[in-house]
Amino acid sequence: MSVLKCVGLSRSFGALAAVSEVDLAVGAGARHALIGPNGAGKSTLFKLVTGTMKAHAGSVELAGRDVTGLSEAKRCRLGMSQTLQHASLFASMTAAETVALAAQRHGGGRISLVPRKQPAVAERAAELLADVGLDGREHVAVASLSHGERKQLEVALALACRPTVLLLDEPAAGMSPAERARLVELLAGLPAEITVLFVEHDLDLVFALADSVTVLHLGKVLLSGTPAEVRASDAVREAYLGAGRREELFLA
Amino acid sequence: MTAIEAPTVPGGAPASAPRVTRARTGIIAVAVLVVLAAAPFMLAPFATTTLTRVLVFALFAVSLDLLVGVTGLPSLGHAAYLGAGAYAAGWVSINVTAEAPVPLLVGAGFGALAAALTGWVTVRSHGVFFLMLTLAIGETLQQLADTWETVTGGANGLTGIPAVRLAGTPLANAGFTYWYVLAVGVIGFALVVMVARSPFGAALRGIRDNEPRMRALGYSTARYKYAVIVMAGAVAGLAGALLVAQQRLVTPADMGFATASFALLAVIIGGAGSLWGACLGAALVIIIRDALGPSLDGHGTLVLGIVFVLVVYLLPRGAAGLRIYRRRR
Ligand SMILES: Nc1ncnc2c1ncn2[C@@H]1O[C@H](COP(=O)(O)OP(=O)(O)O)[C@@H](O)[C@H]1O
Ligand SMILES: [Mg+2]
Repeated sequence: MSVLKCVGLSRSFGALAAVSEVDLAVGAGARHALIGPNGAGKSTLFKLVTGTMKAHAGSVELAGRDVTGLSEAKRCRLGMSQTLQHASLFASMTAAETVALAAQRHGGGRISLVPRKQPAVAERAAELLADVGLDGREHVAVASLSHGERKQLEVALALACRPTVLLLDEPAAGMSPAERARLVELLAGLPAEITVLFVEHDLDLVFALADSVTVLHLGKVLLSGTPAEVRASDAVREAYLGAGRREELFLA
Repeated sequence: MTAIEAPTVPGGAPASAPRVTRARTGIIAVAVLVVLAAAPFMLAPFATTTLTRVLVFALFAVSLDLLVGVTGLPSLGHAAYLGAGAYAAGWVSINVTAEAPVPLLVGAGFGALAAALTGWVTVRSHGVFFLMLTLAIGETLQQLADTWETVTGGANGLTGIPAVRLAGTPLANAGFTYWYVLAVGVIGFALVVMVARSPFGAALRGIRDNEPRMRALGYSTARYKYAVIVMAGAVAGLAGALLVAQQRLVTPADMGFATASFALLAVIIGGAGSLWGACLGAALVIIIRDALGPSLDGHGTLVLGIVFVLVVYLLPRGAAGLRIYRRRR
């Protein structure tokens, strides 16, 4: 059964159909990659799924429940969380405060009006920061973190929402090779209850992590299948990967 | 319009101050309280009354700072809730009882009610739109006070409000009134500080820094904004009840644009988001306007304007940026 199902999702900006008629079904526990050149509509599709942006047509189902009409906050509480392609954080907070903000919302308790120590929240935040490789950087202001560290923080923040479906928009972009290796290890080690969708330009990384791949081109699904099928597809090769110049296309 | 943008600059101190500085903050707070409590023994009655006005205005400014500095919602209509609390406390003192907690509770309740009835209009807006909507709401409520003569006394205001009674005894002189305002003001201030330092307060700072991202993290931000608008309305209403205890009179001018903008000035001078800074700002505003104003030939507002420009240019984080001690980052 698919945990995430999109039917006919569409969104346009003026005359530009950024995402048009996209059908997508992602099975529970999948590691599903979304690839396609810049401007293909990958980020927009993620935003339609999570509700950051309103779809003009189509529907989104999460674990069999139609969430199309629900707010982004509600969808998050039902188990969807995302990292943004361009890190978007909290200027006045430290890394630990940032993750605690998400952890306290998803810790099961109410948000208290009275100052109190929240040991479970602090512990979870510290654990997640260590998982993404930010141990020792907990009390650094977000503004002082490097670009790669902010991307790591994005991942910790998304995980703090206790997602069942995690959407990562180019999580490794801008990371150093060491940070990237750490991220791959983290993603590979995520429990199977978490279904992961990710956008990634580095095809080696895609084929290392993904068990299914969707190719998006000009807002439309070109092909959905296993990594092997995508690699072997003549349609993808001819219509899209081009005459042996695929790296250039992907990294354009 | 940079003045209006200023409050959204992150200025809140992190909640997790090291233990040493926290102890020092406690000592400073106790010292300030002792000096404030002893003030009537050392001051002339006129000066005590001015200090009472400072305290009332400080509580009002702190309630506004909860919106402006902590949550990033710059309001120009907040005086309406001060007015709602003041009229309600005055009315109940005249027609029902002036016995101590009653005018306070009624004032806070009506401040909250007025905020609850009007705040929903504004929760989905922010920035300049929030500013304009709150301005419109403030003007509307002031007009209501002006025209609803049977209850509010119209343009003449609500007069003949009796002195607050504590256990049956009226607070007869300026000193007792001062201590009453001080005690309630400290409680109100403590409540606001408590909310600002709670997990809920952390969510408010999150909304100030990045509201869209807060929604993505599962926070229904409009609800949080509505809740804090109602809370700030309650504290403003409490300040209104204290205003009535001190002036024994309310007029529509008390809830006007001038009051709202002076409070915003106090918040920005003090450093938006640092609640004690708002108290300092309030003291400066009231002292320049009321105490020095007459000897400045009515140019108090001009002096305030100059102070404001200086603060914005020289102290981007307001008076709170002038640290008594430096906090390590
Ligand atoms: N908010 C927006 N307003 C206008 N056009 C947009 C907006 N977001 C994306 N687009 C356009 O939609 C297309 C798809 O963008 P995007 O989803 O970011 O692609 P990708 O993530 O695959 O690179 C691009 O042509 C982009 O310029
Ligand atoms: Mg993108």
